[in-house]
Amino acid sequence: MTIFIPTPLRPYAGGKDAVNVSAGTVNGALDELTRNFPDLRKHLFTGEGKLRAFVNVYLNDEDVRYLPQKESTPVSPSDTLSIIPSIAGGSATHGERKNAFRCENPSSGV
Amino acid sequence: MSTLRISQAVYDAIRAHGEETYPHECCGALLGRSSGNGWRIEASARAGNTRTDSAHNRYQIAPVELVRIEREARRQGLEIAGFYHSHPDHPAQWSPTDFAEAHWLGCSYVITAVAQGKAAVTNSFLLAGTTEEDKHFQQETIDVAAVEPFAVQSESKKG
Repeated sequence: MTIFIPTPLRPYAGGKDAVNVSAGTVNGALDELTRNFPDLRKHLFTGEGKLRAFVNVYLNDEDVRYLPQKESTPVSPSDTLSIIPSIAGGSATHGERKNAFRCENPSSGV
Repeated sequence: MSTLRISQAVYDAIRAHGEETYPHECCGALLGRSSGNGWRIEASARAGNTRTDSAHNRYQIAPVELVRIEREARRQGLEIAGFYHSHPDHPAQWSPTDFAEAHWLGCSYVITAVAQGKAAVTNSFLLAGTTEEDKHFQQETIDVAAVEPFAVQSESKKG
């Protein structure tokens, strides 16, 4: 199967945007990936070996966290696994709206 | 300081997106190629803001939408180079929330202030560092019109 590597992790995967592995489960695929590219491990997993909270793993278009067998889900050679760090944010600070808009230093923008 | 090179068309498109979704935050991905000292942005892909509970000051892109955007970018020979969002009636500076939830190291985070519905300042911040522990934002220069407009549009959801 093919594992797609997101932009920020490519430097730790030999610069590759995709890596082929021959595992039978999602866990096996991630194990093989991090065996081949050990520097990836700390970016994907906590010290306790769990996927970091902001790292999403999709088997084709399905979030692995919501599959019945989660990381133990079987995979086939034609499947793809996408590693997608989460993307979020906003102007709020701790859920509170900050001060109203104020003028900025024109030199800070374009 | 790194430079974000972006076509006038893409620059205008992401600012217009912020005006369209005002008073809510817009969000989307920037697609391009590495150009040595920063990214060269050739296309943008609008995304839906899933933070409907607090869309005026929060944004989130559904991961499955990112999977599709990345697939489309790959098809075009591009990479996800960064993300953009708007700050309605708020400065174009990264917030603690932006920082805490930024995980795409090496990518650009573009923020447009939208004041009373009109796009104002647009700034770009490179998420520098090598790990979650040493990550930090560095403001970038934005070089508009240094890139020819890219004809192919992402098939991702228009937000």
